[in-house]
This record gives sequence, C-alpha cells and structure tokens, in this order.
Amino acid sequence: MTQPWTDAANSDCILVIGANPASNHPVAFEYINEAKKKGAKLIVIDPRISETASKADLFAPLRSGTDIALLGGIIKYVLNDIEKYPDNYNLTYLKEYTNAPFLVNPDFKGPADLEGLFSGYTEDGYDRSSWQFQTDAAGNIKIDKSMSDPECVFQLLKKHFSRYNPEVVENITGTPKEIFLEICRTYSATGQKGKAGLIIFSMGGTQHTHGCQNVSSYNILQLLLGNLGISGGGLNALRGIGTVGGSVDMGLYPGVFPGCPQPLDIDTSLEKYLERVVPVAKDSKSLNWLNNMSKYFISLLKAWYGKAAQKDNMFGYHYLPKINVNEDYTMIAMAEAMKAGVIKGLLCWGQNWAVSGPNANAICEAMDNLEWMVIDEIFHTETTDFWHRPGVNPAEINTEVFLLPALNGLEKEGSVSSSHRWLQWRWKIVDGPQEARSELWIINKIAAKLKQLYAQEGGPSCESITNLAWDYGDTPDPHQVAKEVNGYDLTTGKLADDFTKLKNDGTTSCGLWFYSGQYTEKGNMMARRDPTPNPLNAAVYHNWGYCWPLGRNIIYNRASVDLNGIPWDKEHPVIWWKNGEWIGDVPDGPAPPMAEGGYKPFIMKPDGVAKIFTNGLADGPFPEHYEPWESPVENQLSRQQNTPLIKVYRPEEWCDSEQYPIICTMYRIPSGWNSGAMARNLPFLIELQPEAFVEMSEELADSIGIANGDRVIVENKRGSVNMVAMVTKRFMPFIIAGKRVHQVGIPWHWGHTGLSTGDTANNLSSFTCDVNMMQPEQKAFLVKVRKA
Amino acid sequence: MAQMAILYDATRCISCRACQVACKQWNDLEGETTSNWGSHENPRDLSLNTWCKIEMREIKRDNRVDWLFNLRSCFHCTDAYCKDACPVEAIYHTAQGFVIIDHNKCIGCGLCVKKCPFSVMQRRKAKGAVPQKCNACIFRLAEGETPACVKSCPAQAMVFGKRDDLIKDGRERVQRLREGGNQSACLYGEREHGGLHVLQVLSNAPEVYGLII
Repeated sequence: MTQPWTDAANSDCILVIGANPASNHPVAFEYINEAKKKGAKLIVIDPRISETASKADLFAPLRSGTDIALLGGIIKYVLNDIEKYPDNYNLTYLKEYTNAPFLVNPDFKGPADLEGLFSGYTEDGYDRSSWQFQTDAAGNIKIDKSMSDPECVFQLLKKHFSRYNPEVVENITGTPKEIFLEICRTYSATGQKGKAGLIIFSMGGTQHTHGCQNVSSYNILQLLLGNLGISGGGLNALRGIGTVGGSVDMGLYPGVFPGCPQPLDIDTSLEKYLERVVPVAKDSKSLNWLNNMSKYFISLLKAWYGKAAQKDNMFGYHYLPKINVNEDYTMIAMAEAMKAGVIKGLLCWGQNWAVSGPNANAICEAMDNLEWMVIDEIFHTETTDFWHRPGVNPAEINTEVFLLPALNGLEKEGSVSSSHRWLQWRWKIVDGPQEARSELWIINKIAAKLKQLYAQEGGPSCESITNLAWDYGDTPDPHQVAKEVNGYDLTTGKLADDFTKLKNDGTTSCGLWFYSGQYTEKGNMMARRDPTPNPLNAAVYHNWGYCWPLGRNIIYNRASVDLNGIPWDKEHPVIWWKNGEWIGDVPDGPAPPMAEGGYKPFIMKPDGVAKIFTNGLADGPFPEHYEPWESPVENQLSRQQNTPLIKVYRPEEWCDSEQYPIICTMYRIPSGWNSGAMARNLPFLIELQPEAFVEMSEELADSIGIANGDRVIVENKRGSVNMVAMVTKRFMPFIIAGKRVHQVGIPWHWGHTGLSTGDTANNLSSFTCDVNMMQPEQKAFLVKVRKA
Repeated sequence: MAQMAILYDATRCISCRACQVACKQWNDLEGETTSNWGSHENPRDLSLNTWCKIEMREIKRDNRVDWLFNLRSCFHCTDAYCKDACPVEAIYHTAQGFVIIDHNKCIGCGLCVKKCPFSVMQRRKAKGAVPQKCNACIFRLAEGETPACVKSCPAQAMVFGKRDDLIKDGRERVQRLREGGNQSACLYGEREHGGLHVLQVLSNAPEVYGLII
C-alpha cells in the first residue's frame, strides 16, 4: 500500500475493486467508516454484492476479468473532462510528475490501429523499441508540456482509450451504463486539488492473465486525478496474508534477491551485473534512487558471505546462483518440473498449495512424483497429507514426506510486515507444544548441516554454502537476524542507522536495504508502540513499529506538494516546505522543492516521474481489454481474444464456453482464513461457516432446478467440486453483448483435512498466467453447474 | 450511577462476526455444530451457546438489492417483560440498566422465556434449568472494561457508553444518513419497551429487520 490504513479516513472517495476488505481486512473498516462519517463516498466494484458492497454508496456489478474495460471507460471520461474543464484537475501534477508529456517513438502503434496488438509483436514477445521515448542529441527525453503533440503520451492515451465509450463498457463488463457514468462523475471529482480518491484492490484485480495491466489501469486513473502521494489518496494493494509482505520484501520470488534483482547467467561479472541493473538517469532533476543499487547489493553479499566476500573476489559474486532469463522458475513451472521428475525434492515452508495453488489436482500429482518432501506445519493440511488424499492409493505414491511440527506466530518472536509497510515486532506469549520448533530453528539446522557436509564432502559450487557467514549457534536468535537484516558498519561493528549509510566498498553489510533502520543502536525500532501521530497529519505514525522505507508512511509524497513545496491540499498535508525545511511525514528525499533545485517526486524511477506509459511491462505500454483465457464471449474490442503473451502451460485443459458456459471466480469469507489450515480446525470459526459452498444467482439456480441449500456439482476439465448452493439475490446475471451470462463464486478455503472438510475450489482453476509476474488466472475461468 | 448502553450501527457493521465469537470466548460458550443452510448466517438463532449473533437479510426493491445486517441479542429493556414474568424476582436491573438473571434465585420455571418479545431467552427443556442470555459482560464492566462484543468490533460499529450520550450520537448518525439520501434510517431502542439498553442505528424501518415496534 502506498498509504497507511489510517489515511483512508482522509479520503473523499474510496473505490474498491477486486477486493473485499470488509471480510478480509476488517480493521480497514474502522478507517473507511471514519471517512464515510465525514461524507466520503464508497464505490464498490465486484461481480456480486459482497460484504464491502453492502456498505457502498455506489455498487457496480462487474464481470470478472473485465477491469480494464471499465477503468478504460473511466479514463476516457476523465481525459475528455480534463479538456473541457481543466481547472477541475491538477495539470501541473500531470505535466511535472508523470510521463504524460513525454514524446514516444513515432513508430509506436497501439491496438486501435493494430487489431488489438501493440507495435513490435513477435511470437517470442514484444520488441519494445517502438515503445521508447524520443530523445534529443544529448540523450534527454523530449517533452511537450502543452500535451498537444500527437506523439506525446497524453494524446496517445486519449487515442488508445477513445474506443472505450459507455456502450462498449456496458457490453463487455455487464455494468449498466447509468451506474458506470455515476462512477465516472463521482470518482473524477477527486481530481480537484484539495480532493483525494483512494483505490483499494487485491487479488480480484491481480489474479488474471492481464493482472499487471489491471493494476496499471488503476494507476493511470490515479495519476490523471493527481491521487498518488497525497493524503486520502493512494493505490492500496491489500496483502492476502500477513506473511506475504515480508516474503516479497525478502525476495522469496524467482529472479529477485532481497532488494535487488537476481544475477542472470549473462552477468558474467559483478561489474557486468551492476552495469545491467543500475539505472542511469539523464535528467539532472531525477534523483534516480536505484542508482545506489551497488551499495545495497554489495552490502547484501557482505551480510551473506562476511569475510569470504572481499574486493578481490568480487565480494563472493561467483558464489551466487545465476538464472537464465528464458527459464521459468515460478510456481507452476516448479510443479510441472516435479511432475516431469526434474525436481526431486521439496522444502515446503508452511505452504498449503494443495488448496491455494491453481489446478490443485495437478499440484498434488506433482507432489506424488517427488522423491522426498519436507514440510513444517502446525496442523495436518492437504499438503502434508497429499499422499493419502481421497481417491489415491498411498501405496502407489513413493514420496517420502517429513512432517516437522512448527510453532505458530504467538509461540515465537519475530516481525511481520503489514500491507502498509509497518514492520511490527511480535513477542512470544505462549510456549509451543512438545517438540515444535520455529522455522528459523529448522532452517538454521538444515543450513548448518549442509555447510558441514559440503565442507567434508565437497560438491559442485559448494562454496556457495560453505562460505556463508552462518553463525547463529544452535538456538538462533531472531534479534540477531533482524540486526543482520538492518545491517552494520563493519569498520565499527555498530548497527547501521539506515540505508543511506550503506556503501559499496565492503565496509557495510545489510540483509535487505529498504528495511535498514528497523534495528539500530537505538534499539528494536519495530518494537515501538508509541501511538502519537505526526502533528501535521494524524494518519502518519513514526514511532509505532518501523515503517519502511525510513519511516515514510505515505510514499511518493513529494507529489503532494507543488513545485514550491506547498501542499495541494493544505487541510490534509503530508509534507510542507516551511522555513527551509520539510515538516510532516518523512519526505521522499531531503532535497528542497523543485523550484529551489530539488528533484522530481517519483524517485525510484530513472526518469523521476510516474509512468502512465508503462513501456517496461512485457505485454503493453497501455492496458488493453482482453478476455480471460476462458470466456463465454468474444472480445468486443478487437480481434485479439486473449492477451497476446498469455502464458498457457496446458492448452489441452482449455474449457470452451459451449460445454462450460458459466463464469467462475473465487474469493474468501471472514471465517475462512486462506487455505483453512488453521480456520478449519477452530470450532468457533467452523460454526460461522461449516461447509464449502458456491454462490449463484436466483436466475441461474432456477434455470438448473436448484433451491437454496441444495448440493451442486461444479466442474470443468481440471476437476470438480460438490458443494452447497447458496442461492442469492446478490449475484445477478450479466448481459454481455446482448447475451445473458451467468457467474458463480466459490470461497476457496476448503480441503479434505481438518475438522471442517469440503472440496477444493482450486480443483477448477488452471495453469495459466500473466507473463509479467506469472500470477495464475484464478479469478475468472469457465465451469458447468448441475444438481448433485 | 449513569445508565449505560451499547450502540450498534448497522450501517457500519460488516458482518465479520467478531462479536459473535468474542462473546463465546469470554463466556466460555462452545462453538455449535451447524450446517450450511444456504446462508452466510450461522447459527440460525440464539441458543444456550450463542448469546449474540448477526442476522443477515437480502432485500430486493425495484432494481436495487440491499444486504442488511443487524445484531440479535438481549436488548436489556427498561420495561423488561422477563423481569415482570419472574415469580421469584430472580431477574433484576443493574444500576447501569442491564438485565441480569440471578442463577441462585432462579427456579427454572421458564416463564421469562415465553414472555420475552424478542425471544432471546434460551433454556434447556429440563426441570430447574436456568435460562441463558447476554449478561452485558457485567464482570468486565465492573473492571472498567467494555463488553466483549464492543471491544472486538474492528469496524467500530459498536460503542459502549452513557445511554443519553449514545442516544444523541445515534440521532446524529440517523440525521447524517437522512441528509445523505436515506430517509428510512432510524434509531431503534430510544423508547421501545421503556427504552432499550442496546440501541441500533438501522438503514431501514425496524419491521424490515424483524424488529417489533
């Protein structure tokens, strides 16, 4: 999230799309309710009336997978409105803080001209040279501040979304035109200086084959309205689980190390790697903070390899595994590699992917083929027990499974990274059972043993392990790890103050640069619980836990002020340049305002501005509506049915709409916690919702002879589920291009273990992904439904 | 001592059911065995083990569907029918206005159960069985704490305080809702049965929620 939850209370209009915070982040509603009390409007966009929608001032039904059609329509409305009533918008923000005025290569063409494709399409991916900006002789990007040049981003954006008129939006999304227009009018009003609109989204937006482009569409709207960096505004991605923030930050994703990209095989030296990944800024007004990457990468190597990382051995660069840019190491590829016998063993850290992973049957079949698996858990789950799940014969599964009893969050110390970047230390409050151990203890043992074995027996690239600075003793102390992540000045042995002190000469170490500051000589900053808010903005807290980076609560906050450092909204300021210094939140860099020689606000981008034209994404510099892989209708917008770079692992499992006419999505309920490993073992929660179910409209239920509470079978080529039908007025059929289309929704919490068992909704989803981040399309696919 | 009350705001409630669970946990009640009868709402009604629950209703009017939530629990009436019905004066009001059953005096006749207009009293059908219902967490109140349900509400949809203050607060909320376009918004509990100690801000008329007037 770009803002803390507390800041939602400052919003004038909160737009929730692809998320259900009432059910899944209920604490959010303290602040959303506060905003509403002050007169803010809540707009909720969802395929059905969810708990969040029950509190909406304006609810818009949306067919799953069509966010871009809707957002594109709103963007078109705003672009027209900006030209009619420019004073209602913040044009300075648009011109100075975004790439709207940048000139694009005149060879660039988009779907309006190319039948749904962008210029540069090849079967192996887009050649993005026509997506680059025009530069002058000195290499500076050419800019048209009037934003009237047909080659500037603003005009290209207008041309791109000119096809997204209200009738087209209605035909594709199923959102009635009047409701769509009311959203446009209501939300565009936040474009005024002094008004703020917040967009909240979650997996309903991201888990699509065009998920990254969905998010880009939310981002473009926010930038046109000047809503990023200001109080009450922002783009808030809600984390799906308490541990994912920390996991992502720590680089638990292929191709990423903590805070830095993972080196590729083409990076044959440290120098070559840094040359490739460290961005260079031409613009002197761009701070280009990632230019500091060498300090962070080398400090990381010092944290990992200690004395074995020196200048003369490139700080241990050759100990690092390198990856091939064409190889796919993401989750589905991993499962397929297990199925193929390429991956023989798995260390599974409290992950219940037999329930949460797409195409759950295929995931289990992948594990069937492993030689061994180690899993730590606090309860038996569908993943610990995959080898004796219903329908399989354990005697035929040769995987040797080691189940290690783990400690849960209350039985050990450590930190958790919230959705809004607050690192909060948690204390142990109760002893765990018998021999249960923390994952820290377990991994420490494994690593120490590996180190010992490699030292004795050698092995390929064994220095990667043997040279690790791994000395946590027998009982590792999470404080020691937290300090290592914070980093040290190795010349003095003192903890680093923060990442601005890190160096690239081997004199500093740091396990994750943007967490630096979390544990300093002043103590464990994450353990602080001072509820005193910042005097300038009561939504901002500097002394409650540690907000990364550097205590900055609202990021991109230099966009909350004009070129002189004066807030656009003086009643809800974030930072304010007064008497030669910034007051308020931690500014995005201490330099003065731009008019006094400071730099552009989006300091993490080489150009210093926010991207409306996203030429770094693999599948397009603008979001374009494409249908989900499985859809009951043809794309109304172009001949390109799906996103052209769609990643399909099992084309033979595609479901056609003749046999499988119903759209299916998945979501969560308040009493079900993700894969149910904990929730389905707790009687209080099971009482609230004891059985798996599928929600459907009264119209669909009538058409197949289902009464509320009947059992139904929902099935497709990947699998089937047998569940209770919850027939509800809150789901309504969509009219898509004149055709009546039904959608159902299934909470995905259930599986065959625990006190409350039921079928796994992910039996139905597929191995199909977004090419940028490889997240699976778990939110829109096809099924058929019949009475059980 | 001032009359106290709980104000529940149905327009802020998100049906997370933290209140339902917190009540059970505090009062050492068990999780019931339920089944999915085609609703998010469970258990279906109050019971010996469920003293507080959220009800859900889907109302379709014209083209609009509303999903309404409200709190179902003892209302702690000023004119308590249960207290009037009790032949042995086992039911009394605390100084703060909450209706409590004295288990030592109760003879388990079950008359209060029949008389409660909201049917919140729950009792095992056995001779001498004492009825169960919300007791406003009086032991928590004695320690200066709020009732467990109020404490647990993440959306701040429940507030505990002086009844007069909460009536004022409730009226202001209704006023704001009406100014925002909802003419059906109302405050339930100001005068019903002599005045209830669980007040509810509702987005629709009480009858829509099955509440008597």
